[in-house]
Amino acid sequence: MKLSFEVNGRPVELEIEPQETLAEVLRNRCQLTGVKISCEVQVCGSCTTLVDGQPVSACTFLAYEARSRRVTTIEGLNDGERLHPMQRAFIEEFAFQCGFCTPGMILAATALLAENPDPTDAEIVSFMDGNLCRCTGYAPIVKAIHRAAGLMREEKRNA
Amino acid sequence: MSGEPTRKKPGEFHVVNHSVPREDGFAKVTGRAVYASDVRLDGMAYAKVARSPYAHARIRSLNVSEAARQPGVLAVLTGNDLEGIDPYYGHAVKDHPLLAIGKVRFLGEPVAAVIAETERAAYEALEFIEAEYEELATVLDADQALAADAPLVHEKAYSGGAFRGFEDDKAQKPSNICQNIHFEWGAAAAAFAQAAHVVEGEFYFPMAYAYAMEPYVSVADFASNGLTVYSSAQHPFIVRHDLSKIFGLPLNRVRLVVPFVGGGYGSKSYTKIEPLTSACSWRVRRPVKLQLSVEEAMLTIRNDDARVRVRTAVDAEGQLLAREAMIHLNTGAYAENSPLVAKKAANRIIGPYRIPNVSVDCLAVYTNTVPASSFRGFGATQVTFPGESQMDELAEKLRTDPIEFRQKNLAARGESVHPNLRALDADLSGDLSMLAEALETQKPLSPNRGWGVGVSASDAGSDPVTSALVQVYGDGSVSVLTGSTEMGQGSHMVLRQIAAEEMGAPIEKVRVVGPDTAISPFERSTGASRTTTLMGRAVLEACQEAIEQLKNMAAEAMKTTPQRLTVERGGVSYQDQRLTWSEVLARYFGMSGASIVGRAYLRRVGDLCMLPVFWEIGCAGVEVSVDPETGRIGLEKLATVGDVGLAINPAMAEGQDLGAATMGLGIGLYEELTYEGQQLLNGNLLDYRVPRFSDLAKKMDLMLAENQDGVGPYGAKGGGEGSLNPVPACLANAVYRATGVRLRRLPMTPERVWQALKERGNKDA
Repeated sequence: MKLSFEVNGRPVELEIEPQETLAEVLRNRCQLTGVKISCEVQVCGSCTTLVDGQPVSACTFLAYEARSRRVTTIEGLNDGERLHPMQRAFIEEFAFQCGFCTPGMILAATALLAENPDPTDAEIVSFMDGNLCRCTGYAPIVKAIHRAAGLMREEKRNA
Repeated sequence: MSGEPTRKKPGEFHVVNHSVPREDGFAKVTGRAVYASDVRLDGMAYAKVARSPYAHARIRSLNVSEAARQPGVLAVLTGNDLEGIDPYYGHAVKDHPLLAIGKVRFLGEPVAAVIAETERAAYEALEFIEAEYEELATVLDADQALAADAPLVHEKAYSGGAFRGFEDDKAQKPSNICQNIHFEWGAAAAAFAQAAHVVEGEFYFPMAYAYAMEPYVSVADFASNGLTVYSSAQHPFIVRHDLSKIFGLPLNRVRLVVPFVGGGYGSKSYTKIEPLTSACSWRVRRPVKLQLSVEEAMLTIRNDDARVRVRTAVDAEGQLLAREAMIHLNTGAYAENSPLVAKKAANRIIGPYRIPNVSVDCLAVYTNTVPASSFRGFGATQVTFPGESQMDELAEKLRTDPIEFRQKNLAARGESVHPNLRALDADLSGDLSMLAEALETQKPLSPNRGWGVGVSASDAGSDPVTSALVQVYGDGSVSVLTGSTEMGQGSHMVLRQIAAEEMGAPIEKVRVVGPDTAISPFERSTGASRTTTLMGRAVLEACQEAIEQLKNMAAEAMKTTPQRLTVERGGVSYQDQRLTWSEVLARYFGMSGASIVGRAYLRRVGDLCMLPVFWEIGCAGVEVSVDPETGRIGLEKLATVGDVGLAINPAMAEGQDLGAATMGLGIGLYEELTYEGQQLLNGNLLDYRVPRFSDLAKKMDLMLAENQDGVGPYGAKGGGEGSLNPVPACLANAVYRATGVRLRRLPMTPERVWQALKERGNKDA
C-alpha cells in the first residue's frame, strides 16, 4: 500500500506492507536509524517519534496511521550542524551514556517543553516516566531538561 | 607509578580531572551514532531463531524442509548441519553449542536458525519447523540440582576455553556442579565457639536481567579473506578467540568490529550470538544479521541468583572474629562466566574487613534455566547483601552504631583482607565518614524512616593484559588505537583526555579509534571496571613512549642529545629553540603529514604482578520511608562515595555511580525474573519492572574520594560497579531501622514488606 506523509519537513511517498510499524518504516525504508527499537511493547520509549508534534511509540504505531501527518525523528530536530537546545543541554549535563535511549528521550522532552516551557521537577518526572534509561539514573536528564528550558526561553527573548 | 616520578595533583592538570563534555555526545544526540543494530551490508540476509519450548528434552527429530521451502528463505540451520566446524564455545568451560545438539537444556535455547532475504520472511518461516521432543526430568534451582538423584544437565566433561583452570572433571563423579570453590584461613569453628555474639541467616539474591536497551545483535560476513563480525560485544578479543576455534581460522582472519554499544552492564561480556550468526553466514556465504528482541535477550543471559547461608561472629569488644559462608549460585544451563562469578563471590563475601578466621564455600550449579553470567559487580552484588546485612545485625547485638562498628573493623590502606590478594588500596574509613556526614546519621529520624549504609571491596580489574597504540600525526593531531569498547561508560572519553594531557594536544585534536581487532592492539576485555586503570595506563605509557621517540628525533634536528632537551607541553625546548611535535615530525621526515606510533603493553609484572589490579570500593547509603499501609518503600536520600583514586572526568565518574546505584535500587526493590515451573513468567518489559524517572531519590549526594592511591594513570582506579554492590544491603538495613523488620530476600517489593510487617504485628500482638 501507498503511504504519503511528511518526514522531518520533507514529503515522502513509499510503498509499504500494511503490517509495518512506523519504527520499521523509518529505520528500514527511510534509513532514519536514530529511531531505536528496544522493548517493542510500548514501555521503554526508545522509539519515541513525534507525529504532529505528539510523542508516539513508533514500535507499536502502524506506519499507515501516520499517513498525511507530520513525523519528526531525532534526525529532524536540528538544522544542519546547529544543535537544538535540548540536544545541547543533553551534552552539557552528561544526560546520556550509551545513548540508546537518547533520541527518544530528547524527542519526548521537546514535546514536554512545547506544552510546558518551564516545568517543575515533578512535571518532568510525570511526563517523562514512559521513557526508560538504564545508564544514567535519570537525574542528569532532569537537569538537562531544565537547562534546555532555560536555553529556549533565552532564545525566545533574543529572537 | 613506574616511569612517572613526579605525579601531578588535582589542580595541576590541563585536561584530566576536568568534566570535559563527551565527544560521542554529538553523534548520540543527533541519532547519528552507529550501533551494531544499525549496520547494514550489501547482500545482507537475516536470521531468526527457533527456540526450545521445554527446559530439558531430547530432540527426537527436527524437520526443517517445509520451512526451507518458504518464500525468501535461503537456508535453515540446525545442530545436525554443523559438520566441518567445532560448534562448542565457552571461555571458561567449552560446554555451549551454538545450536542445541541432541538435547535442549533450557526453555528458550536456540534449536534452529532460519536465514532469509528479509527479517519478516525468516520470522514467518519459523512456524514451519517441525520438532519432536522427549521431555526429560528438570532441575530448576540449585537445591534440586544438588539432590543425590538429580537428573544431569550435562552428562559429559568439557575442556577449557580461552581461560584455563575452570574445566570441570565430570569423569571423576558426574554431577551438576559447574564450579566448586573453597578456601579458609584461621580456625573458624573454634572462633565461633568463643564468640560473644553470632548472627546467622539465609539470604536470597534474585535472578535479574541487565536490560541493556540495545538487545544482542551481530552481523557476520564469512568471506574468502576470513570472517568479519560487527557485534554488540563487550570483549571482542575473546569473541575472536572463540570464533577462530569454531571455524578453524587463524586470529588474523577473524575480525571483530564493535561500534557504539547500547548498554552492557556485563551482560554483553564474552561470546553470545556471534557463533550462531557466523555459522549462518558460513552456511549461506552472505553477510547475515541476527538481531534479538528484548524478549529473546531475556532468554539469553541473566545474572546468577544466589542462596547464601552465612554466619558471622564478634567478640565482646566488637572485633570481627569469624565468617563462614556457603554460597549456591544458580548458573543455568551453560557455564558462561559463572565459574568466574563463583570465584569472585567467594572472595567478595569477606568484605573490606579484617577477619582472622574465614571459611567460604561457593558452588556454581548447572540447572535447566537461562544461562547466568556476568552482571555489573558480579559476585559482589550477591554476597554484599548478606554480608552487610549481618554487619548491621551484629552492631545491634553490640548495641553500637553500625557506622562505628564498621569503622572498628575496616581494613586500613595497606592492610590485607585476603592473604593471597593485594593489600587494600583505599581509605574506606575516610569514605565512610564522608558518607555518614552526607546522610546525617546523627539526626533524629521521623517515624517510618530509616537510613542504612553498606560498604564493599571487590577484587577488580581482571587480568592485566592490555595494549595500546598512540599515533602522533604530522599536524600534531593524535589517534589512540584501543581495544576497549565504548558502551556508554565513557571509556573513549577518558582515554582521549589522558592522551590530550600527555601529548599536550588540544582535546579536539585527539580521537579514539576502535575496537576493531584488525587494527586495535590486544585488550583482554572491557569489564571488571578495568579500562581507566589498565587501558588508561597503557595509553599514558604509549604517549610517553611516543614522546621518547620524538625527543630522539628533536635531538637530531636540534643537534644535541635527548638528555639535554626539556619536554614542554606539546613539544620540546633546548636553549632558546622550541619545537612543537608537529615541527619535530616535519624536520625528521622532511615532509609534512608523516606520523609515528607510540606503544605500550601491560602484563602481570612489577606493580601489576599482585592481583587484584585494584580494589573497587563500594560505599553507599540511603534513607527510606516505609508506608506501613502498603509496604511501599520510598527513597528519600541516596549517597555514594566513588573511591576512584583520581576521576579522569568527574562528571562521568559521578554518572557511573548514580547509574550503578540505580541498578542496585532496581534489584533491591522491584527486579526479579520469576519462573513458574519451567516457564519464565515475566520475560518482557511489561512485566519486568526496571527503575523509572519516578523512582528517583528525593535527595542525592554523589561524592568522589580522590586519594590517587591506585595503580592506574595519575593514581586512578576503576569505578562503575562499586556503587551498585552495597545498595541492596543499604536498603535492607534502612528498612530494618524504619520498621524493625529484617528482610533477607530481594527484591523488597511492597507485597513482601507488607507481609513482613504483618507477621511482625502478629508476633507483637
